[in-house]
Amino acid sequence: MTGPAATAAPAGGPAAAPRAVTARPRLAAALELAAPLAAVALALLAGAVLIALAGEDPLAIYGSILHACLGTGYGFGQMLFKATPLVFTGLAVAVGFRAGLFNIGAEGQLYLGGFAAALAAVALAGAPGPVQLVGALLAAAAAGAAWATIPGVLKARFGAHEVINTIMLNFIAMQLVAFLGRYAYQPGTVRTATIPAGAVIPRLDVWFPALHGSPANLSLLLGLGLALATAWLLFGSRLGYAIRAVGLNPAAAEYGGIAIGSTHTAALALSGALAGLGGVNFVLGYKQFFEQGFSAGAGFLGIAVALIGRNQPLGVIVAALFFGGLSYGGLVINDRVPRELVEMLTALVILFAITLQQVMTRAARKLR
Amino acid sequence: MSSSVVAMRNITRRFGTCVANDDASFTLMPGTIHALVGENGAGKTTLMRVLYGLLTPQAGHIEIDGRTVRIARPADAIRLGLGMVHQHFMLVEPMTVAENLALGHEPGSRFGAWRAAAAEHEVEELSARHGLKVDPRARIHTLSVGAQQRVEILKALHHRARVLILDEPTAVLAPQEVDELFRVLRGLAQAGTSIVLITHKLAEVRTLADHVTVMRAGRVVGGGPIASLSNDAIAELMVGRPVPPLAAERTAPGAELRLEVSDLEVNDDRALPAVCGVSFAVRAGEVVGIAGVEGNGQHELIECLAGLRPARAGTVLVSGRPAPPGARARFHAGMAHVPADRLRRGMIAGMSLAENLVLGREDDPALGRGPGLDPARLARRALPLLEEYDVRPALPAAHAGTLSGGNQQKLVMARELTRDAGVMLVAHPTRGVDLGATRFIHQRLIEARNAGRAVLLVSSELSEVLALSDRVLVMFEGRIVCERLPAATDERELGRFMIGAAGA
Amino acid sequence: MMELLLFVAAAVRISVPYTLGAVGAGFSERGGVVNIGIEGMMLNGALGYVLGAWYSGHATLGLLAAVVAGVVTAALHALVTVRFRADQITSGLGINLLAAGLTKYVLVEVFHSSSNSPRVPGLELLPGLAAVPAVGTVLGAPLVLLTALLVIGVQWLMFRSVFGLRLRSIGERPEAAATLGLSVTAYRTAGVLISGALAGLAGAWLASEQHSFTDGMTGGRGYIALAAMIVGKWSPAGAVAACLLFGASEALQITLQGVAFPNELLQMLPYLVTMLALAGWIGRSVPPRAVGVPYDPELG
Repeated sequence: MTGPAATAAPAGGPAAAPRAVTARPRLAAALELAAPLAAVALALLAGAVLIALAGEDPLAIYGSILHACLGTGYGFGQMLFKATPLVFTGLAVAVGFRAGLFNIGAEGQLYLGGFAAALAAVALAGAPGPVQLVGALLAAAAAGAAWATIPGVLKARFGAHEVINTIMLNFIAMQLVAFLGRYAYQPGTVRTATIPAGAVIPRLDVWFPALHGSPANLSLLLGLGLALATAWLLFGSRLGYAIRAVGLNPAAAEYGGIAIGSTHTAALALSGALAGLGGVNFVLGYKQFFEQGFSAGAGFLGIAVALIGRNQPLGVIVAALFFGGLSYGGLVINDRVPRELVEMLTALVILFAITLQQVMTRAARKLR
Repeated sequence: MSSSVVAMRNITRRFGTCVANDDASFTLMPGTIHALVGENGAGKTTLMRVLYGLLTPQAGHIEIDGRTVRIARPADAIRLGLGMVHQHFMLVEPMTVAENLALGHEPGSRFGAWRAAAAEHEVEELSARHGLKVDPRARIHTLSVGAQQRVEILKALHHRARVLILDEPTAVLAPQEVDELFRVLRGLAQAGTSIVLITHKLAEVRTLADHVTVMRAGRVVGGGPIASLSNDAIAELMVGRPVPPLAAERTAPGAELRLEVSDLEVNDDRALPAVCGVSFAVRAGEVVGIAGVEGNGQHELIECLAGLRPARAGTVLVSGRPAPPGARARFHAGMAHVPADRLRRGMIAGMSLAENLVLGREDDPALGRGPGLDPARLARRALPLLEEYDVRPALPAAHAGTLSGGNQQKLVMARELTRDAGVMLVAHPTRGVDLGATRFIHQRLIEARNAGRAVLLVSSELSEVLALSDRVLVMFEGRIVCERLPAATDERELGRFMIGAAGA
Repeated sequence: MMELLLFVAAAVRISVPYTLGAVGAGFSERGGVVNIGIEGMMLNGALGYVLGAWYSGHATLGLLAAVVAGVVTAALHALVTVRFRADQITSGLGINLLAAGLTKYVLVEVFHSSSNSPRVPGLELLPGLAAVPAVGTVLGAPLVLLTALLVIGVQWLMFRSVFGLRLRSIGERPEAAATLGLSVTAYRTAGVLISGALAGLAGAWLASEQHSFTDGMTGGRGYIALAAMIVGKWSPAGAVAACLLFGASEALQITLQGVAFPNELLQMLPYLVTMLALAGWIGRSVPPRAVGVPYDPELG
C-alpha cells in the first residue's frame, strides 16, 4: 500500500498529504487488529474490580493464575489439556463463520463426537491397536459432522436459520445420549466401558517428563495439525474459496455458480467434524471412557476462541491457550475467589470483543 | 436572498478522508422547482441528507426562512416543514398505506391506541385534496412502483411539508408515469410548495426546473435560472470537461445465431409469471438492447439466461446447443454475464481484486493443482488484467470494496470480457458509474461486438440502449412488445411501448 | 375428570416461565433485536428474587428485585447491540455466560454456597381461589394471574397500540421509521428492556416456586421460551399457545413417569417442534425482516 495508493487519492481532496494517505490505512488496520487484545485487557480490568469487591488483591490473583499456568510443568500441562478441545471447537466455529454461519452447536457436536469415539473404541476392542484408534477418531469426526449436517440441510432445503437449529440440536444431543446411554452405559453409572488400550491417545508426559501428572495428550498435536489444514483449506483451496465467497456475499457466490446450499452444508459438516474430534481429548486422551456431561461448555467457549482469534487458524490456537489457561487458573484460585470469576471473565471478553470490534471498525472507516 | 425558504451555507461533510460535500452552498426560493444535478457520487444526495437531518455536517450551517436552525435528526426537519422522497422508498412493506402515512404522527388517542379508521380517513382526505389516488387499506408490497411513489409524496404532504426533496424520482418510472409525476409536482409548486429535484438527466431539468445547481466532486460548481444555462453548459459543468461523443465504428453483424430464446417463461421470486413467452435471437457481432421500465421481466429474463433462475417453459440455445442448467455450466457453455447490481451480485467486496477476477472460474485447472487454488497464481494473473482494464489502483491484493464505483464496474467488465464467451449478457453496465468510466465501458462493449460476440444488453437508460444497440426490443409485462432499429425509432415511441400505451 | 384438571393445572404452571420469556423475547425481536439472552435474564431475575426476598423478608419485594435484575441485564444487551450495534446473537450468548458465572459468584460471596441459597419466602396463593379443587394452584397463584393479564395487555400493546405499530415498523424497516423522526435506538432499547422485565418475572416464578436459588436453575427454559416465540410466529397469542403445548408435554413426562416410554424422547419434543416450525412444516415462521441487523444511520 505505498506508491499507487497515493495516486488514487481523490483529486483536490484536502487530506492529500502523501504520508497521511499511506499511514492512515495502516493505522486503521492496526486498530481493527487491536480489538481482541483491548477486549481481553478491558475484561481483565473489570475482573479486577470484581476481585477487589471480593476483598482480594487483583494483581495477586492474576499472578497466581499466571504462575499456575506457566510456573510449573504440571500447570502448563493442565493449561494445554484445557486448551486442546478449544482448538478444535474454535476452528469449528471459525470455519462456520467464514461461510457466514453461526455454529452454536459445537457443544452438542463435541459431546456426540466423544460418545461415538468411546462406542467405536469399545466395539473395536478385538481389532489391532491402530485400527481401534483410527476407528474411534473417524467415529468422532463422523458423529460431529452428521449432527452438524442436519442444520446444514435444513438451511439449504428450507432456509431454516442455523442458529436456532444448532441450539435446539445441542439440547437434543444431550437427551439422545442420555437415551442411548440406557443401553451403552455401565450398569448403575452414566459412563461407558473403558476403551481398549489401542484407542488410548498417549499423554505428552511420556515424551516431556516435566508435564508429569497432567492429562495433556497428543490430541493437542492433532488439533495443531488440523489448524494448519484448516488454514490451507480456507485460503489455498477451491472449496475454501467457495466457503469464503458464500460467507462474504452469497448473492455474488450464486452468480459465480457456487452452489450455496451445498457449500453451507459442506462447511457445517467440516465444522461439525472438527468439533466432534474435540471430544477425543477427554475420552481417548484422559478418562479413557465417555462420561455423561463431560463437555462442560467447551463448545460454547469455541465461540469466544474464534472471536478473539479473528477466525484465523493461528489466532484460534493463541486464543485457545488463553482461555485454556483461564479455565485452569480458575481452579487454582478457587479457595480465595470463586472460580466462576473465570466464566464471567470469558463472558466479558466476548461482550467487549464484539463491542470494540464495532467501535474500532467505525474508527478505522473514519480514518480511511 | 432574504426571501429564500432554504439556504445551506458552506456545508462540508466528510466520510473518513473522502469529502462528500466540500464547502457547498445551496439556496431554494419559495414555490420554485430547483434541480440539483451532477454525476453519481457528486454529493447531491449527501447534501440533501444533511438538509433532512440524516447526516450532520462537519462545517457550515442551514437557514430556514432566513433563520439559522439546527437539524440534528429527521424529526427536526419534519417540524421545519421539510419532506424527502428517497430513491429507495422508505416504506414498511408488510404494512398498509395508512399505517405508513401515519407512522410517527399517529392520530391522537387517550391510551396510545392505534386508531386505524381515523388514519385511513385522513389518507382519503389528503389523497383527494392533492389528486393522488391510493387505497389507504392496501399493503405496500401489493402496490406498483408508481403507486408507492405517490404514497411517499403523500407521506411528506401529510407531515405538512413546504419543501419537498425528491431523490432521482424518475429512475423507476416509465416516460408517461414521469409526465404524471411532473404534472403533480408543477401543481404542488403552484400551490406554494418548494421542490428540490435530484437528478442527472438533463431533459428533466429542462422540462421541469426553474433553477439549477450543479455539483461535481462534492462542490457546487455552478447554477442559476434554467433559462441562463444551455444543456451543453450544464453537461460541461457536471463533467468538468467537454463531453466527447461515442466513437462507434461498427462492423456488420455476422449471420451465426449465438443465442436463441424461444417461448421462454420464467417466474419471479413470488412464483408469479414474470417472463411470459419471450422469443428472440442474438447473432454474432450484434448488440440487441432490451428497453423497459424496471420490473417488467428483464431482471428475471437475464437471470434465467444466466442460469440463476429456472425456466418454467421454453428453450434457450447457445451456439445451437441447449444451454445446460446452472450458472457455472452456462459460463462453461460460453456465456459471460455482467450483472445488474455489481455490489450485490457482481463482486465480493471483502475479497481481493485477484480473487474477484476468478469468481465463477475458481474450478479452472490452470489456477492450482487438484483441490488447491494457488494465491500466487491468482495475483500474477490479475496484474496485467487490472492494467489493461484501467482498474485503479491496480493492486491485486487490495479489497474490491475499496474501489470507486466506476473501478468496480471495470473490474467486473475485466472478468467478464476475458471469459471465453460467445454470448455476453450485460445488465445496466453503467449504472452509478462516472462519465469517464461509462465511455470506457461502452467502448469495450462495442469492441466485443466488433470482435464477433453476441451481446444482449438490458438497460433502463433509453439513451444507452439506443446508442449501443443494433436492434432494440421493448419488454412490457413480461412480453416483448416491439422490435425496432435504433435509427427508425425515438425515445417517445419506445416510451409508449414501455408503458403498454401503444395501440397494438 | 379430576386427573385431567390436575394435568391441565400442571401444564399451565409449567408454561408460566415459558410464556413470560417468550412474550418478552417477542418484543425484543419485533423491534429487530435477536434475544438469545432470555436465559441469562431469567437466571439473574431468579437470583434477584431471592436476594430481594432474603433481605426484605417479603416476596413482593423479591418480585420487584427480579424485574430490576432482568431489566438491568437487558440493558447490557441493549447497550451492546443497539448502542454499539454489535452482533446480537453473540451478545446474547455472552449474557447467558455472564449470568451463569455472576449468579454462582454472588451465591458464593453472599450465601457461602456454590450450589444453593437458603430458603426464602415464596409468593402466597390467594386464599379464596386457592381453595378451588385441582386448579386452585393455578387460579390462586398471583403470578399466573399477572401473567394472564400481561399476555392480554401485551397482545394489545403489540398490535393495537401506537407503540406496537412503531416498534413493528422499526423491526421491519428501521430506516423508514428513522426518516419519520422516530428514534430506532429508543424503540429497540424499549423492546429489549420489556423482554428483560418479563424474563425477570419468569425467573421470579421459578425461584418463588422452590423458595430458593439453585445453580443454573433456569435449566435452558430461556431457550425453550425463545423456541416458543418462534413456533408462535412472533406474536404474544401464538407464543402462549406454543408455551401451553410445551407445558403439556412436560406435564405428560411427569404423568408418564414409571411408564415404559422413555422420558428423554419426550424432553426432545419442544426442540423438535421448533425445528419443524423453522423448516416450515407447521405453517410458515417468518421473522421480522430487520431482526438481527444493527441499524446504522450512516449506511442507510
